[in-house]
Amino acid sequence: MSRAKDLRKNLFGGTTSNARQFGMIFTLVAIVVLFQILTDGLTLRSDNLIALFQQNSYILILAIGMLMVIVAGHIDLSVGSVAAFAGILVAKSMSDWSLPWPAAVAFGLLIGAAIGAWQGFWVAYVGVPAFIVTLAGMLLFRGGNQFIGNADTIPVPEGFRVIGAGFLPEVGPNTGYNNLTLLLGLAACAAVAWREVRARRTRREMAADPTPTWISILRLAVMVGAIVFASLRFASGRVGTSFPVSGIILVALVLAYSFYTRNTAGGRHIYAVGGNSRAAELSGVKLRRVNFLVMTNMSVLAALAGMIFVARSAASGPQDGNGWELDAIAAVFIGGAAVSGGIGTISGSIVGGLVMAVLNNGLQLLGVGTDRVQIIKGLVLLLAVALDVYNKRQGRFSVIGGLTRSLRRDTPTPAAPEAQRAPAVTKVPG
Amino acid sequence: MSDAPVLLEMRSITKEFPGVKALADVNLVVRAGEIHAICGENGAGKSTLMKVLSGVHPHGSYDGRIVYRGAETRFADIRASEGAGIVIIHQELALVPDMSITENIFLGNEPRRRGAIDWRLANRRAVELMARVGLHEDPDTLVKDIGVGKQQLVEIAKAFAKDVRLLILDEPTAALNEADSRHLLDLLRGFRSRGVTSIMISHKLNEIEAIADRITILRDGRTVETLDVRADGVDEDRIVRGMVGRELGSRFPDRTPRIGEVFFEVRDWTVRHPISAERRVCRNESFVVRRGEIVGFAGLMGAGRTELAMSVFGRSYGVYESGTIVKDGRQIVLRSVADAIAHRLAYVSEDRKAIGLNLLDDIKASTVAAKLAKVTRRGVLDAVAEHRAAESYRRELRIKAPTVDEGVSRLSGGNQQKVVLAKWMFTDPDLLILDEPTRGIDVGAKYEIYGVIQRLADQGRGVVVISSELPELIGLCDRIYTVCEGAITGEIAREHADPETLMKRMTSTKRTQPR
Ligand SMILES: Nc1ncnc2c1ncn2[C@@H]1O[C@H](COP(=O)(O)OP(=O)(O)OP(=O)(O)O)[C@@H](O)[C@H]1O
Ligand SMILES: [Mg+2]
Repeated sequence: MSRAKDLRKNLFGGTTSNARQFGMIFTLVAIVVLFQILTDGLTLRSDNLIALFQQNSYILILAIGMLMVIVAGHIDLSVGSVAAFAGILVAKSMSDWSLPWPAAVAFGLLIGAAIGAWQGFWVAYVGVPAFIVTLAGMLLFRGGNQFIGNADTIPVPEGFRVIGAGFLPEVGPNTGYNNLTLLLGLAACAAVAWREVRARRTRREMAADPTPTWISILRLAVMVGAIVFASLRFASGRVGTSFPVSGIILVALVLAYSFYTRNTAGGRHIYAVGGNSRAAELSGVKLRRVNFLVMTNMSVLAALAGMIFVARSAASGPQDGNGWELDAIAAVFIGGAAVSGGIGTISGSIVGGLVMAVLNNGLQLLGVGTDRVQIIKGLVLLLAVALDVYNKRQGRFSVIGGLTRSLRRDTPTPAAPEAQRAPAVTKVPG
Repeated sequence: MSDAPVLLEMRSITKEFPGVKALADVNLVVRAGEIHAICGENGAGKSTLMKVLSGVHPHGSYDGRIVYRGAETRFADIRASEGAGIVIIHQELALVPDMSITENIFLGNEPRRRGAIDWRLANRRAVELMARVGLHEDPDTLVKDIGVGKQQLVEIAKAFAKDVRLLILDEPTAALNEADSRHLLDLLRGFRSRGVTSIMISHKLNEIEAIADRITILRDGRTVETLDVRADGVDEDRIVRGMVGRELGSRFPDRTPRIGEVFFEVRDWTVRHPISAERRVCRNESFVVRRGEIVGFAGLMGAGRTELAMSVFGRSYGVYESGTIVKDGRQIVLRSVADAIAHRLAYVSEDRKAIGLNLLDDIKASTVAAKLAKVTRRGVLDAVAEHRAAESYRRELRIKAPTVDEGVSRLSGGNQQKVVLAKWMFTDPDLLILDEPTRGIDVGAKYEIYGVIQRLADQGRGVVVISSELPELIGLCDRIYTVCEGAITGEIAREHADPETLMKRMTSTKRTQPR
């Protein structure tokens, strides 16, 4: 097999998920490069990267939960309001009842769980569509926020602000870099290498044709390169800044939830419910429990996002979290999830969220007003999903089908022998 | 007939999917006014060929030429082929359950007057069309309220609303009972006498023998031969030989049953209808299964066998009212499917698309879906174990797919059925309930599946087979219960089982003493 063919097969071939994932990452890289050029190198400067992460970590955290909600076949419109509601209660708990901040964080998560249980109850046990339940929740908790806070802002103490505005501290010898960030980068490199080795072993055990060594090395080199680049950037910011604490929370959550959705029975059940709930039920999946947990989890993450936001802006206000639900939902769909459920990945959603974030940031750096930023974001969302839909259906249109014919052997075809009316999609595992 | 003009010629059609060559150089000649059957094993490419013809796979996505009524055609989509009078009825019906018969017949094809739908005209034409297909119903009846057989007729009426010249039916009788099948076949004969040409795919070879004028046989995506039923004196065995390339002696593998003790017992089982609570779908029914025994449930379509089985399987149908289940001498309560699986029951559903499989999954995920715990180590799914399990079932059941990473939506109908079977064999059940296990499955694969069922029984498990095909039940089962309108009306031992006796019990609601 020729090298080019090897490469194509390993990057784009095999499963659809690989192809999609790669397309997404490619898009992200392209956008970054584009703005890097347009902004004369501002985009990838340390301070900008750090700000980008801080400003978007809470949306990305929401995207994690939203991905699971959407995969299960639901939607959650209330996340912004829930975040604001939890935020104000937490702020109040510290200012009025002088709760110490770690206790306040726990309290905030509990509020999220309670709200989630409330919404999950209606969705899973009563059977009200999540769209309606969370539309109600959106009003309910927005109102709740303003009721409790008297439509005022409530400041939060210094200690609490760490989770939103804090950085890895400076420790150890003076290297000119933030040492902890470098260590983190090193650990990430090791983890990536370990993963590649394990993946190779798994493939061997499955007796599948092994990935050619040079491809593994290439893939590893690209990833390690990206990590090294990023950690150097984050480690070399203004004194006192480095990799943000909210970024660490995000990374931890992404790893944990990716693992959960890909490698555990519970995660598999979410996909099963979204793919065909009746079939899942007849395979012993506890439908209600899955729906309940997914909705509950979403609100917990929303509360966390709300707290991080409040910590970053040093106060809780009545307009917190406005429109977050839309950003989170957009991230998930740009990241390749299917509206009908059953399809999508955490990593995809994160990349989707980053695409939006970089776009936002780059346009702002260029001095484009919020009005036009919104227009552009709207169009990007539409185009990204349209392209996806088109790709899945490719082969049904003769004109463009003809143009792309030479590619066809390696592109996934639409579903299905006798499944013409089933959703024309292919599963993206994990 | 053989001198009738050629209506359609498909020349060296080749169609590739990633990793699969579904059709390789296939030729098909259909003459005007004939009924042309297409036979072949599961995955031979029958449905794909028809999808190429009807524009589901558009021109450009395959190689080869299609000449229809003397001119080469290049359909871009289904609408284009329908415009030329080619209408395909897929195996899974494409009706909207919550719409009336009229609405369904004219869906996408509504008669209009000045922009608005002319419902008066639509209703009148619907009645005409329904009369043509022998469907006697109120055109305002919702489609979900009529049986599958009648729904099939609605599909055909829908085809005729579009002025059909060439009617393609993909396994039209797979889900029909005998009477409905006979009606449908008569209908096709009627169409033939009025000059409509039909192409029909079916695994029921007796029907094909009875109705087809000519038969084209596909094997592994290639044309094997085209037979003229009358001139060549074709019978079922001849078709089978073409399909599998060798003689297939008996239809059932030999077996000496080793039947043990009763280990599973359902007593006085009463279940209410899920919606209308005062209706009982079964009332005080009891049955037993012994170890190593294959028990059949015979009945007409809609007799309530599926409902009975599903209600036993973790109350997945209807509302439980009373009754007990005893397994291995102990009474067990199955409140949910998870309970049922934990007590090692398995139910292989009759409708694999709607409730048997998640079509977004690949083969390996589907295989392990009902017992993830078996491939979970310390809370983590073990990809290697999953792959191994799926791979071994793929070999054992001969599922036709390049790898177990293949999405189940891309498998042919029969191979999907095998995946569902694998999924439940993987749970290692004590009692396996199979609901129409060979629907849509080719003769060769049927033989294999019978073998699998017998092996499972010989391992000391109990197997319940629900089937609408009497010969299958008689050939396979050690004991047969007959069911009519939700009631078990008889229990017949293998020695006494013959079609007449069964039929009589299946159609009378009177209970009889077991013999
Ligand atoms: N969309 C698709 N993508 C990939 N492979 C496909 C697709 N559609 C069909 N195939 C493959 O093409 C082959 C032929 O499938 P087809 O559905 O035509 O079989 P069939 O003869 O109708 O079988 P059955 O009797 O089981 O319905 C199979 O191996 C199937 O897996
Ligand atoms: Mg088929």
